[in-house]
Amino acid sequence: MPLLEIRNLSVTFPTGRGRFRAVDAVDMTIEPGELVGIVGESGSGKSLTMLAVMGLVPFPGEVTADVLRFSDIDLLGLSGRQRRRLIGKDIGMIFQEPMTSLNPCFTVGFQITEALKVHEGGTRAWRRQRATELLDQVGIPAPETRLNAFPHQLSGGMNQRVMIAMAIACNPRLLLADEPSTALDVTIQAQILDLLVRLQEDKGMALVLVTHDMGVVAETARNVAVMYAGQMVEQRDVEGLFETPSHPYTAALLDALPERSPGRNRLPTIPGVVPGAFDRPSGCLFNPRCRFADEHCRSDPPDVADIGSGRARCHYPLDADGTPTGMHLAEADQA
Amino acid sequence: MTDVLVGQDLARHYAVGGGLFQRAGVLKALDGISFTLAAQRTLAVVGESGSGKSTLARLVTLIEEPTYGGLFINGIDAVDPAKEKRRAMRRAIQMVFQDPYGSLNPRKKVGTILEEPLVINTDLGAVEREDKARTMMAKVGLRPEHYARYPHMFSGGQRQRIAIARALMLNPEILVADEPVSALDVSVQAQVLNMMMDLQEEFRLAYVFISHDLSVVRHIADEVLVLYLGRPVEQGPKERLFERPLHPYTRGLLASTPSVDPKQRSRRSLIKGEMPSPLKPPPGCAFHSRCPHATDICTSDRPQLRPLEGRDVACHHAERIG
Repeated sequence: MPLLEIRNLSVTFPTGRGRFRAVDAVDMTIEPGELVGIVGESGSGKSLTMLAVMGLVPFPGEVTADVLRFSDIDLLGLSGRQRRRLIGKDIGMIFQEPMTSLNPCFTVGFQITEALKVHEGGTRAWRRQRATELLDQVGIPAPETRLNAFPHQLSGGMNQRVMIAMAIACNPRLLLADEPSTALDVTIQAQILDLLVRLQEDKGMALVLVTHDMGVVAETARNVAVMYAGQMVEQRDVEGLFETPSHPYTAALLDALPERSPGRNRLPTIPGVVPGAFDRPSGCLFNPRCRFADEHCRSDPPDVADIGSGRARCHYPLDADGTPTGMHLAEADQA
Repeated sequence: MTDVLVGQDLARHYAVGGGLFQRAGVLKALDGISFTLAAQRTLAVVGESGSGKSTLARLVTLIEEPTYGGLFINGIDAVDPAKEKRRAMRRAIQMVFQDPYGSLNPRKKVGTILEEPLVINTDLGAVEREDKARTMMAKVGLRPEHYARYPHMFSGGQRQRIAIARALMLNPEILVADEPVSALDVSVQAQVLNMMMDLQEEFRLAYVFISHDLSVVRHIADEVLVLYLGRPVEQGPKERLFERPLHPYTRGLLASTPSVDPKQRSRRSLIKGEMPSPLKPPPGCAFHSRCPHATDICTSDRPQLRPLEGRDVACHHAERIG
């Protein structure tokens, strides 16, 4: 049984001009112990998908799904009490900004033991002992003394380690990490990613890594989902994705990386910007920026289809040479 | 080739503390930086936060004066010039900031923002100013109708275009860009980088490009200056530094940058720990507390910057490591 199963998940917000679908028909399956990367630019709905799983979508957002199941628990039908028992215990989450997600008024020791007290109980001495162990596990030197430190006394990297310690305190089966290393220096980012991957392997938990950084995905994930304007546009194994991307958006995004343009010349760009709430195009959401788009793309939204080694939301998924497939057939149909 | 910007042993120290809670001390934000920059070249400054990158930008743009050392813009001493000269110098050197949401006044229209430098520094009439602003807008890829819009109506990438246009209004020779693309998405980042390279060619601009993203630096830089705790650890031509870094810190930075090839994935040689406080820098080589190659001499003697294999490096063991 998959650990997390998502079918047709949508998150909509009411606006002055009708409902806005910030997350649109997302399907996803996460197996126990798997490391999945979700990449997308800002506004692609990647964070909101995670919040929907946690039941943290802010009012007045509305979450709908055919299936939203964690192990054998239906996440849609949970009462508040049941959800609180699950979240923080079996599903942990790490947010982007450690400085703002920790409470400045309490010591980090208090904040870690608080999670333990709610979910595990135990004596005060045991909780304190366990918190020390956790800080040690996430690589904080002198953990006993650091328990008494306030967040402002620690650096950004140390605070992120504290966040990770809190998230893994109750040995979750699924850890959702939303841009866990983005606000940090590259050296610290590498340390944090290394720590997350090591914890994921040691504890056998599933890890979902949400990021905008293709490099982070290439370094860590086994399977990758690419999101664009609220939709999942491609799902692949990481090597296939980086070698022969199927969706034109993935291909263009990879081409825009400076690492992939050796020598000092112009970078290939994607014209335009991600569509906002009120300028969603008809047909395929990527069609105004896609260099392969034709009439079919402009009028009909594509469905997610199986391609060789994964799935892509495109009428003409790219083949191994980077040329769109099936295009001439459609042209013949129209003629 | 003439150097438009020369720094000689630049330093900026701040006096800190001395109040109720802290002993008085000196924070050496920048210490002993030397560099030269020619027209149409790019000097990239890299390092972690707290390494002195932004302090260097503030010195170069004459926002702050160096504690000691020399700074020459177009061969003129910029440290203590006469008032009129200083004014002219400020026109020659302009800055683009990291956060395009914070660096544009939300209450001013794009046209007003672009014309403000002209109002302050020139005696052009309103018609000429508008003309110049519109020409510059076209150059940075903004449409004519954007002239009368407010910053909030633009995306991050477009705002950064506005910020760059504003910096270029006075035809500067040097542009200091402090993390100009780190707040942008990858696809937009490529657009802005391309534009910056086009503008460099068209206006013969010299860039001081401050960034923590080594892949961007590798793409845009000619010379690279790596800072650690306010001191240069390695500096030289980009090709040399990236192909064969000799300082362990440069090597660590490169190894920490995620590679975009999943097949290259490996347990990377990571830099341990975090940067020490600049208030209490370690004795000897400032990097020795995190360095995998450190020996006794590193804890006692500070390595001087010395030429080696076509670049300057400050490490006792550079030969052995390379």
